Amino acid sequence: MTDILDVSIEDELSTQIRAVAANGGEIEIIGGGSKRFYGEAIEALPIDVSGHSGIIDYDPAELVITLRAGCKLKEVEALLAQNRQMFGFEPPCFGEDATIGGMVATGLAGPRRAWAGSIRDFVLGVKLLDGRGQVLQFGGRVIKNVAGFDVSRLMVGALGTLGIILEVSIRVIPVSETELTIGYEHASADEHIRWINGLGCEPFPITASLWHDGRSQLRLSGSEQGVSQAASQLGGDATETDWRQVKEQRLEFFDTELPLSRISLPPASPDMLALDSQLIEWGGARRWCRGEIDVDALRERVAGAGGNLCAYRRHADGVPMFHPLPAAMLKLQRNIKSSFDPAAIFNPGRIYPGL
Amino acid sequence: MSQTRRQQLAVRFREFLPADSVIDQPTSLAAYECDGLSAYREQPLLVLLPQDTAQVQQIMRLCHEQRLPVVGRGAGTSLSGGALPHAEGVVLSLAKMNRILQVDELSRSAVVEPGVRNLAISEAVQSKGLYYAPDPSSQIACSIGGNVAENAGGVHCLKYGLTLHNILALKVVGADGELFEIDQRCLHIDGYDLMPLLVGSEGMLGIVVEVTVKLLPIPRCARVVMGVFDSVEAAGDSVAAIIAEGIIPAGVEMMDNPAIRAAEDFVHANYPVEAEAILICELDGTEEEVVAQIDLVEQVLNKGGAVETRLAKDEAERLLFWSGRKAAFPAVGRISPDYYCIDGTIPRKALAAVLTGVRELSEQFGLPVANVFHAGDGNLHPLILYDANNEGELEKTEALGSKILQLCIHHGGTITGEHGVGVEKIGEMCIQFSDSERNQFHALRECFDPLKILNPGKAIPTLARCAEHNAMHVHDGKLPFPELERF
Repeated sequence: MTDILDVSIEDELSTQIRAVAANGGEIEIIGGGSKRFYGEAIEALPIDVSGHSGIIDYDPAELVITLRAGCKLKEVEALLAQNRQMFGFEPPCFGEDATIGGMVATGLAGPRRAWAGSIRDFVLGVKLLDGRGQVLQFGGRVIKNVAGFDVSRLMVGALGTLGIILEVSIRVIPVSETELTIGYEHASADEHIRWINGLGCEPFPITASLWHDGRSQLRLSGSEQGVSQAASQLGGDATETDWRQVKEQRLEFFDTELPLSRISLPPASPDMLALDSQLIEWGGARRWCRGEIDVDALRERVAGAGGNLCAYRRHADGVPMFHPLPAAMLKLQRNIKSSFDPAAIFNPGRIYPGL
Repeated sequence: MSQTRRQQLAVRFREFLPADSVIDQPTSLAAYECDGLSAYREQPLLVLLPQDTAQVQQIMRLCHEQRLPVVGRGAGTSLSGGALPHAEGVVLSLAKMNRILQVDELSRSAVVEPGVRNLAISEAVQSKGLYYAPDPSSQIACSIGGNVAENAGGVHCLKYGLTLHNILALKVVGADGELFEIDQRCLHIDGYDLMPLLVGSEGMLGIVVEVTVKLLPIPRCARVVMGVFDSVEAAGDSVAAIIAEGIIPAGVEMMDNPAIRAAEDFVHANYPVEAEAILICELDGTEEEVVAQIDLVEQVLNKGGAVETRLAKDEAERLLFWSGRKAAFPAVGRISPDYYCIDGTIPRKALAAVLTGVRELSEQFGLPVANVFHAGDGNLHPLILYDANNEGELEKTEALGSKILQLCIHHGGTITGEHGVGVEKIGEMCIQFSDSERNQFHALRECFDPLKILNPGKAIPTLARCAEHNAMHVHDGKLPFPELERF
């Protein structure tokens, strides 16, 4: 499946970048704008790259799709679904206009991530424009590829600070034959965490988990036989959960005027909040916290346990969104940024100062 | 480099390392002259065998101060010369750092030192019903540190991923001796994700001193079905058809007629020697799932033109089906004085075109080629049969190998799927990447190692190196580790 492509946008963007770099300017890369909240606000010339769209290659039997970055995520999801395939990381859209480029740049994944892998795990190759206006290609369209440093995966979560993603090749997975959600009563977060991590040594076909308000939910996906057998072993009560609402963060929990924090921890870590207003996903690795918190103090405790805290939404001005890096690591990452974007024109300061 | 320089440096390193951790005698250094790519040999100034992270840091600080090239080495099983010593540098062997530090059942992970053997991890956690999934063919010998450096694969990559997908955290000593960590046990990190840069960096960005690996529950059941075909195209199409059914096999391997014959002569796996191609497809999971899927796979193979399908009736027969495939390299080594192994990867749909191209090139160069193929993930291992004793035949073989890799690139593939670039494929890197892409690689390297002391001359060619084309060749069928499986 191949669309007719117009390459002139690539040339136009390249010319534009060279001009901005030469004049000491700065650019904010904009796709669909659905995830613009994610990252520090920046003041720079917005460049809309969402017009750079089109499917370059999709042959379901290869389990790989190659897309221009401006493709709309919703449309791609629909196309994959027609072929009984999907993105294994279940990315949130957060809007009709979300693009593939934004999906890769933010690196945000959904309920299946803890079991299927992150966006980074599925990206196979990228074509990008660097800060010199050069078109560079890394990786490819094949699953196994160890030629050169794996630059394509470095783009995932870099929030556009290393270059403009033009094209990306992503591995896809088959849609499971069947799905079943079962529910359990678990009064405390710790009860849930101990329970779900205790299941890990058995090959159950788990693909999502959720705990909130004293109740755990577990999604099983796979063949009819595999799922029904696991369900009978696991007990619990069959329940209806719209996991699409979970993926899109449209559960009632997220509908709040309060600050929202995202705490990432090694999944089996004990609860360190003891708050009612928590929602736990990813087998315990992702814990959403609603309400006022002492960000600095909690960051220190979370980091001590091997995790990090993102001041995700509605925190006070001046609170850095992302978890600060150790000084030496920040310096290394700034050097990496400069190697792609020496004039620091792309999304300056979107992640950290100088990044 | 003079013997005096060697002695002077040995004295400096012995200031903080035990005497037996500094090897400076030429007879003992000889054991480190090469890795699994034995055609390339070099004697290093010294071999250093630190016992812990602090010693690695001290070594790196001194090397940094002296601007000494450092070649990291695990078990030395690389097939691409990644651990080939530098004549004016040291080999930093992680062999003594071989302890399993921690196994955590609840979080399904293990913390291990880099010198721990790949298979030793699975053996250590087997009693808990867990295992470490990536299984490169050298897994009984190769070390986890080497696996990280090379992003090692194996026959189960399609379902379980490469090394990258099975690593949760790394502790790394940088070129300046400073320790840094990449900890992704929490499944999300802020800032740049350096894990994919480090994994597969062929020892050029740092020395890995601790690895946290992900463990998986051992599948309850594994079964194998063999499809016999009278054309490689039909076999290739059947792989696509299996995947189109929504099935991800644990492994799918293909062999062509020359490879089938060689394997059958060697191990008597009861392979059909008249067949043009066979597919070996393994499914794993719960008993119920596997039974249902294997039935479906058999139907797909029959519909796809298989002249015969054979279902391994028990574990003994499953291992017999695998034995021929796993013996393919040594089997080819028996029928030819030398062979040269290619590691190109292609989109699966290009299989027929690439195999036809390989056949034409084989005829054109007058050198036979046997093909074994990790069909699930498109990783092709053509084996070129030649005799190094015939004048000019090695050069001709290398030229044919390079042509085959160019064919892989032309069809949207890559020059190396799992063996790494090392010194072997450094010439082909010039074809796969443009000057500006290679400059980006060099720039990234300098972010980590501004003095360029880590594994210089490997993996990323300078413009000057771009004319060189080299290759793995095996004399008289003998690899440096003849007891290891190669597939």
